[in-house]
Amino acid sequence: MPHDPRARIIRRQSWGDFHLFRFESPALAASAKPGQFVMVRTAEGTDPLLRRPISLHDGGDGWMEIFFRVAGRGTALLAERKEGQTLDLIGPLGGGYQLDGEWSGRKAWLVGGGRGIAPLYFLGRALQVRGARVRVFYGGKTRAEIPLAGKFRDAGFDVACSTDDGSLGYRGFVTALLEKELAAGPPAGLFVCGPDPMMERTARLAQARNIPAQISLEAIMGCGFGACWGCVKRIKRQDGGKWRKICEDGPVFAADEIIWDEA
Amino acid sequence: MADLSADLGFLRLRNPVLTASGTFGYGLEFAPYLDLNRLGGIVVKGLYYGPREGNPPPRLVETASGLINAIGLQGVGVEHFAADVLPELRKYDTAVFVNVCGADNEEYLRVIDFLEGQDGIAGYELNISCPNVKQNGACPALFPEATRLIVAAARARSRRPLIAKLSPNVTSIVDIARAAEDGGADALSLINTILALAVDLETRRPKLGNIFGGLSGPAVKPIALRMTYQVAKAVHIPVIGMGGIMNGADALEFMVSGARAVQVGTANFVEPGAALRIVEEMAAWCDAHGVARVSDIVGTLQA
Ligand SMILES: Cc1cc2nc3c(=O)[nH]c(=O)nc-3n(C[C@H](O)[C@H](O)[C@H](O)COP(=O)(O)OP(=O)(O)OC[C@H]3O[C@@H](n4cnc5c(N)ncnc54)[C@H](O)[C@@H]3O)c2cc1C
Ligand SMILES: Cc1cc2nc3c(=O)[nH]c(=O)nc-3n(C[C@H](O)[C@H](O)[C@H](O)COP(=O)(O)O)c2cc1C
Ligand code: FES
Repeated sequence: MPHDPRARIIRRQSWGDFHLFRFESPALAASAKPGQFVMVRTAEGTDPLLRRPISLHDGGDGWMEIFFRVAGRGTALLAERKEGQTLDLIGPLGGGYQLDGEWSGRKAWLVGGGRGIAPLYFLGRALQVRGARVRVFYGGKTRAEIPLAGKFRDAGFDVACSTDDGSLGYRGFVTALLEKELAAGPPAGLFVCGPDPMMERTARLAQARNIPAQISLEAIMGCGFGACWGCVKRIKRQDGGKWRKICEDGPVFAADEIIWDEA
Repeated sequence: MADLSADLGFLRLRNPVLTASGTFGYGLEFAPYLDLNRLGGIVVKGLYYGPREGNPPPRLVETASGLINAIGLQGVGVEHFAADVLPELRKYDTAVFVNVCGADNEEYLRVIDFLEGQDGIAGYELNISCPNVKQNGACPALFPEATRLIVAAARARSRRPLIAKLSPNVTSIVDIARAAEDGGADALSLINTILALAVDLETRRPKLGNIFGGLSGPAVKPIALRMTYQVAKAVHIPVIGMGGIMNGADALEFMVSGARAVQVGTANFVEPGAALRIVEEMAAWCDAHGVARVSDIVGTLQA
């Protein structure tokens, strides 16, 4: 069932502005793929009116997780939700990351910044199951923006952190750290989610080295399921058209499909 | 259970709830969420003759209990619609209305001429009121004479039911409504979105790529109700009311104000099953209030 109005929160954790909810949703757990998202109602009533898109962070037997950062009123209201309360969500939505092909023994590098780390855990686990050697580049302004480093390490990923102020790991942008590491030998694939400038820079690094990269874009969404045409960005199209919907045609695109200057 | 059917004169609907153009895709997007066969009808997303690119993003911004959109009528065009969408829609037992758009009068007529050859269309809703296409929201529905002319021209091209969709961005909605009636419209639908602006204070730039957009959602309901009431009193043809309907009570308020049917718009985004929930809530209200036929409450506002 694509609309689950009563997914019960069974666990929650918080680190400052960042929150992780685990909730029961057997239907979602049975079908969700890494890179897909849910549209979450943040409050009853009409203000905020629209649902908010949040990526699926992890999933297991009958449960799923979301990981989000308070960005405004909707996410602030969502953060007040307690264990035992419910979430009203629609999903899984979007296409997710493309994992076809041989991954066994190959290097998959995941690059995430801030809240953009959210989908990469679910993705990393899926790649791991396929035998990939998963390395995670996890960036933030400060140490406080990298609350999940331990969780990623515990999952068996090789984690490299960066902070703008040097409070954890490499001092500088995560893309600079990535560029340095790329010099030592490229991975078989890059998977990216974070702020636009970070994604654009990573896409260019990947393209210059012919590394296939998949980028998860964000857009303000009215519906999340293709009905409003509100979420478009400049993405290459076969038919020469200009815009594509991030919710339905994405949110994950191959790096060379995205036209950054006009996105 | 109460009789929910809605008589528009030219057409009898199973119930008074239609889905509003641009908020329900081409209908099929919602099939996973609700049974399309149980709707009063579907008004599909606005169609120009050819495909349209629409406006640059950002196209949406949320405001207090409202949504400002500047989609700019991105869409697939009539040929694609007739080839790929309409055959699928025909499989459902629901009244399908096409929201007809045009950059000029000629294009509206070309769209109608093309669709005349297609089965499975219950009628046309002439979108003479989209605020997002020309600069400053200009459209025929801002002027009585332009409204009368385009409605009359469309009328002459088709015997299918013709609904004229009115704009709230006018000084006298009644004058426009009368002009559409004079032009030969079978019904009026209102309101389209209210021309609006959202400002990013930090950058001092508009929040939408198109600068202006159209406001919809609960924020506009009181204005929509007022206009529905004024128009229903002034014309002899049926009025279809919309603007911010989120639940059965909202829909019934429009009917009490004079609407024979309603359209549900922005609510479809928040809850894709909203239109059917609204039908059920209307039925429950009628039962609880001893109303045998929902049509009995139309225009019963005691003012
Ligand atoms: C496919 C997708 C997946 C996402 N996954 C996650 C996730 O896993 N974790 C997470 O923390 N966040 C995620 N986001 C971002 C999240 O949706 C926004 O932070 C949220 O909608 C902001 O809502 P708000 O009411 O708190 O803030 P608002 O007050 O609505 O906005 C605050 C700021 O965020 C911007 N904004 C609003 N909506 C969006 C949006 N949909 N995308 C990007 N920026 C937006 C606004 O322009 C404004 O600058 C995702 C977005 C998309 C499109
Ligand atoms: C995203 C969006 C797209 C719309 N597109 C159309 C359209 O193509 N044609 C049209 O006549 N009205 C369009 N409208 C207006 C709605 O049909 C309706 O008149 C308006 O939103 C008020 O109803 P509501 O408050 O229930 O949404 C659109 C509205 C929204 C929010
Ligand atoms: S969010 Fe509505 S079409 Fe993508």
